[in-house]
Order: sequence, then structure tokens, then C-alpha cells
Amino acid sequence: MNKKLLILLILVCFLFSVSVASAKIVRIGGVAPLTGGAATYGASTKNGCLLAFKAVNAEGGIDIGGTKYLINYIFEDDQGSPEVAANAFRKLIDQDEVVAILGSVMSKCTLAGAPIAQDAGVPVISPTSTAVQVTLTGDYIFRACFLDPFQGAVVATFSTNDLKAKTAAVIFDNANDYTKGLAEAFRESFEKLGGKVVAYESFTDEDKTTDFSAQLTNIKSANPDVIFLDAYYSAAALMAKQARGLGITVPFVGADGWDSAEFPKLGGEAVEGGYFCNHYSPEDPRPIVQNFVKKYAETYGQTPDALATLAYDAALILIDSLQRAGSTDGAAIRDAIFATNLECVSGQITFNENGDPIKKAAIIKVENGKFVFQKFVQP
Amino acid sequence: MQYPVILYKTVKIFFKKLGKNMTKKQLSDSINNNILNYNKWANWKKYVFISVIILFFLFLYILSFGIQSFLQQLVNGIQLGSIYALIALGYTMIYGIIKLINFAHGDLFMFGAYISCFLGNYLIAHNFGFPFIVVLIFSMAVTALLGMTIEKIAYKPLRFKPRLAALITALGVSLFLENFFALSPENVPFPLNKIVFGPRFLPFPALIADATYDIAGITINNIKILDIIITVILMILLQYIVKKTMIGKAMRAVAFHKDACLMMGININNIISITFGIGTSLAAAAGTLFALTYGQLQSPYLGIWPGLKAFIAAVLGGIGSIPGAMLGSYVMGISETFATSINSNFGYVIAFVILIVVLIFKPAGLLGKFTKEKV
Repeated sequence: MNKKLLILLILVCFLFSVSVASAKIVRIGGVAPLTGGAATYGASTKNGCLLAFKAVNAEGGIDIGGTKYLINYIFEDDQGSPEVAANAFRKLIDQDEVVAILGSVMSKCTLAGAPIAQDAGVPVISPTSTAVQVTLTGDYIFRACFLDPFQGAVVATFSTNDLKAKTAAVIFDNANDYTKGLAEAFRESFEKLGGKVVAYESFTDEDKTTDFSAQLTNIKSANPDVIFLDAYYSAAALMAKQARGLGITVPFVGADGWDSAEFPKLGGEAVEGGYFCNHYSPEDPRPIVQNFVKKYAETYGQTPDALATLAYDAALILIDSLQRAGSTDGAAIRDAIFATNLECVSGQITFNENGDPIKKAAIIKVENGKFVFQKFVQP
Repeated sequence: MQYPVILYKTVKIFFKKLGKNMTKKQLSDSINNNILNYNKWANWKKYVFISVIILFFLFLYILSFGIQSFLQQLVNGIQLGSIYALIALGYTMIYGIIKLINFAHGDLFMFGAYISCFLGNYLIAHNFGFPFIVVLIFSMAVTALLGMTIEKIAYKPLRFKPRLAALITALGVSLFLENFFALSPENVPFPLNKIVFGPRFLPFPALIADATYDIAGITINNIKILDIIITVILMILLQYIVKKTMIGKAMRAVAFHKDACLMMGININNIISITFGIGTSLAAAAGTLFALTYGQLQSPYLGIWPGLKAFIAAVLGGIGSIPGAMLGSYVMGISETFATSINSNFGYVIAFVILIVVLIFKPAGLLGKFTKEKV
């Protein structure tokens, strides 16, 4: 009896020591809203990160400096509130001693947490915070998405190079920072590329405006080669219909505000042949995209949206950087992230000196009521 | 408008003549003459002055944008004004009869649009001929029933109470309708989930094949022509009902003096119900045309802004007056379109400055009558 117990004990000790020796644990923090108005954003973000980490753990962990580490993903809900986000960042850094943080979704939350991480020397990669100030907080703060001015430049480049447009018209919502920023960026890039913006029309608040015929008549008499419908999908569909009704036949272009399955239904014939820029396309033929879409659909039963994709990419960037850094030291990881040159789902990613990604944007065409991937564009 | 001006003139003349040692008789004659002359001359001068200003601006517009652009914007403005006019007619009618500003009117407009959408989808799926006429009449009838029900439940008990109570109730009804129909069907129990619309976008069925005509460089759509035609037909019909039929006579009598009507054997409850029915059916017609023109229903909150603008148009034209509502709506639609076209950032601002200026000079609206409040 005693002998058996002794053997068992020894065996257990042996097993334990083996497991400790072969797989250490590296902790990575995650912050996103799982409750509140942006709950679906948070769920997609968490799903995207988990998919990447599970794949690594299934292969026996991540190789840092010659030893295998299992990833322990510690997730905190920030409820879409900057105060809660700041507490979540502090908890992850002080109590859980994470090596890096992926989050948060909303710019205001990331801005609240970023200074804490910067002071503690813990790298942060935000998947989807688009506000310009986010990465200006410090050298430990990165993001995986492109910024709004970049989208404006992409649309301008595509219009000039592929649609051969010499003149363009812009119509945008002057009560929304997103559309306003895009319109300015588009005008700047388009004129830098040698084109001319012949009409720059606005309207006030798409909830209050349904009739755009005054602006569109002005655009018609300016006779542009292409029209940038800078609005969310419902207003863009309304504008497209009214423009066709006024006899305007030139192509429409747009940004990721068009990205909704409702858009072709609302716009019908009018939006056929329109192009818009987006973070990624599930139809992109590259194997990394197809594998990701397939795995995501198997695990969660749906096509990944842009948020899940960017979260997955942020996780890929972090895993890659940890391997190259060869240590779990914050400064080493930061330098490795700066040196990233990695193929991700949303394209080949490198970083500029601010910690913003340099990558391409997908151009998608509306064809027969479906979104069809066209090509990648880099301004 | 006239009373303050007359008072001002009288005082001015009085002080002027005081130094000339006139008799009382001479003074009063002089005041009478001056006021009579003032009215004739001032009106003539005022209209010429306003016309010259408007023509000057039109000339400037044509110079900077070209005649073609001008005519196109005019067509756009008239079409926008037609939609406002249909809503404003209902507002002004209900105000004319029971002196109630029915804030729920914009939401009945929304209700009419949604009913048309559902019926339109059904009819198109079953290959029904002339779906537009059927949809329009059905939606007008159903919305009229809803309007009459609301009147019976919410406004009738407050008929002889202070007017403010009914006004606040109207605001309450408006908020109720918006938020009730915006509930999503998944979140409400069984019998209600068949009624509510949910806060989602709906494409509106194409009840009429879209056709675009090009007349001398001006592009016009058949649906926009239809908007204008139906508005004019409904306005003539309404004017006929109010001015020529017995019901119309009774409506005007109720608007004039409710108690006297009771003594004359007019059933004021029925007459007010019918007024509500006609008013809300006009809102439904506007909703159907609005949805057909723009091709989508954003959410059950879509009635707020068109309703508000139509209300402003009704005030601009003189609330209570049917031709006034029509005129006010066209002024509103056209000035909004031109203002937006001149500078799209200031479109609304310029349109509302015009409204304020008109109301400063004609507080009762363009065609409104200034009536003394009986105390």
C-alpha cells in the first residue's frame, strides 16, 4: 500500500516536472467591450484573438528564445467605458503581469488605457482604434487597422489609377467626424495625384436628410468623372438612387461605411458597379484568408467581420513578434513589433515610426447585389 | 400685423399734428386718411419691393449657376415642397377645426409609409395589377382609422380642457407611436410582435417602374411628376370637401363655434372624427409618396423631420389655412433646395432664416388671418 502510494507520488512529481520543463506559460491580456452598446464588436474581437491563440497552443505553444510557452489569454470586459478600460489595463499589468495587451476596440477606451501601459513598458496593439492620437501616446502603443485619412487616400488612388478619373465630386455628412475626415483626406490625395475635385458638397446629419437632389444637381452640372459617396450605407444608397434619377451615369466610390449586407438591397440597380474600400474581403483568394474564414466559420458558425479579422491579425503580429524578440521583455517585444513584416489576413503589414500599420486596403465591387473582391490598393 | 402698425402710425400722426393746432375733427380725418392711404400704398410698395428682391436673387443665381441648373433646382424644390404640402395639409386642417397642433402627424406619416411597404411587397409577390393605386387607398384608409382611434382615445377626453393639455398629449402620442413601432419583434410577446416594425432599414417595393425623362436638359423622374400631380389632386379634393359639401360646411361651423354647433344639431364628435380621418389619410398619402420617391424606410423615427418641416411650412403659410399650407410648403421646399445648392453647409440655416424673416413681417403666416383672441 505504502509502496504503491510512493510510486504514484514519484510518478506525479515526475509528470509535473516534465510539464513544467516543457511548457511554460506566457500571459497575454485582452480588453474589449462585451457589454453595452458595442457588445458585438467586443465579441468579434475576443473570438478573433482566441482563434489565433488556440491554434498556437494546439501546436504545443510558442517558441520564445528556445523554450516552448503556452499562451494564457486573460480577457477583461471594458464595457465600452474609458474608466473601466483604465482599470482593466491596470489589473492586467499589475496583477496578471501580462507581457502584452491586445485592445481595446473603441478609441476612447484605448486612449484611457494606453498611458498606463506606456508607463509600465507593456506593448499594446489595438485591433480597431482609428483615432489618430491613439498611437501618438507613446512608442509602446500600436494598432492593426488603418486610419480614416488612409482610406480617403486609397479611394483617391483607386479612382485616379483604375477608374482613370481626372475630376471627382464629393458628397459627405458635415455632422460626422468620420465622413468629414474622409472627405478632406480624399480631396487632398486626389488633388495631389493631379486630379481636380470639381464639387465638394455636404449635407447635415443623415438622420435628418433624405433629399439630396439640390447637392446632386450641383454635382451633375460640375460633370465629374467619379463621385465619392462619403456616408454610411443607407444614406449612400439614397444618394446613389437619386443621382441615377437625375441622369448621372458616372461610377460611385465609397469607403468602409458601405460595408453592410443591406447596402445592395437598399441601393438596388443604382449601386451596381460601385467600388468601396474595406479592411479585408472574405473572397480574397490568398490561403491565409481562406484558412481563417474556414476556421472561423467552423468555430463560431459565421463569416468573420472586419473586427474579428483585425483582432486575429493583431494576435498574429504579437505571436510573430514574441518569437522574433526571443524574450518576454517589454522593450524587446516593442522593437520586434516595429520590425514586423508579416503576411496577415488584411494584407502584408509593416509599421511606421508612430506604430501605425503600413498595409494595403481591399477594393470591393458591388456586382449583382453581392460584394466581389477586386484588388489591393496602397496609396 | 396691421394693428401694431396702425397704432404706431396713429401715435406718430398725433404727435406730428399736435403742433399745428388742429381741431379734433380735422385730426381724426387726417388720421383716417393717413391710415387708409398707408395701407394701400404700403401693400403695393411692399409687394413690389419683395418681388424685386426675389427677382434679384434669382437673377444672381442664374448668372452664377446657369439657367439649366436653375430650372432643375426649381423642379427639385417643387417636388420636395409637394411632399411637405401633403403633410402640412393635414396639420393645418386639424388645427383649423380643433385648434390642436397634432404632433403625432409625422408619426402617422411614418405609419402610412410602413403599411404601404408591407402591402406593396405582398401585392408585388402576388402579381397584382395597378399596385400603386391599391396601396395608396388602402394605406390612407388604415391610417385614417388609426388617426380616428387616437383622436377618440387621447384627444376627445380633453376637448373642453385647457388647450395645453391636448398639446402635451399630442407630444406623448407622437413619442409613443415612434417608440412602440421601433420595438424589435424578437423582444416583444406574441400578439404585439406581429404589429411592431422594428428599428431596421426596409427597401420600399418599386410599385411604379422608374422612368427618367430629359426635357431640354432638365431631368425629371416619373415618380416626381406623380408626387406633384397627386398633391395637387388631393389639395383640390380637400378644398372641394371643405368649401362645397355639407360635411365641409359642418367642419367650418365647428371651427367657428363649437357650442353653437351643438345647438344647431351638428354632431361635433363625428365631424371632428371625420376631420382627423381626412387629415391622417393625407399624412398616409404623403408617407406612401415619400417612401416611393426615396425607395427606403430608415426606421420608425423617419416621420420626425419631414413632420417638423411640414409643421413649419404650415405655420409659414398661415396655420389653419389650406391654400396657405400649400404655399408655405412650396416656399419651404424651393427655398431649402436653392439654399442648399448655393452652399450645402448652410442649407438648413438659410431656409430657416427665410422662415424667421417671413414670420417677423407676417406673424400670422403668408395667407393666415390675424384673429383676435376672444376672452
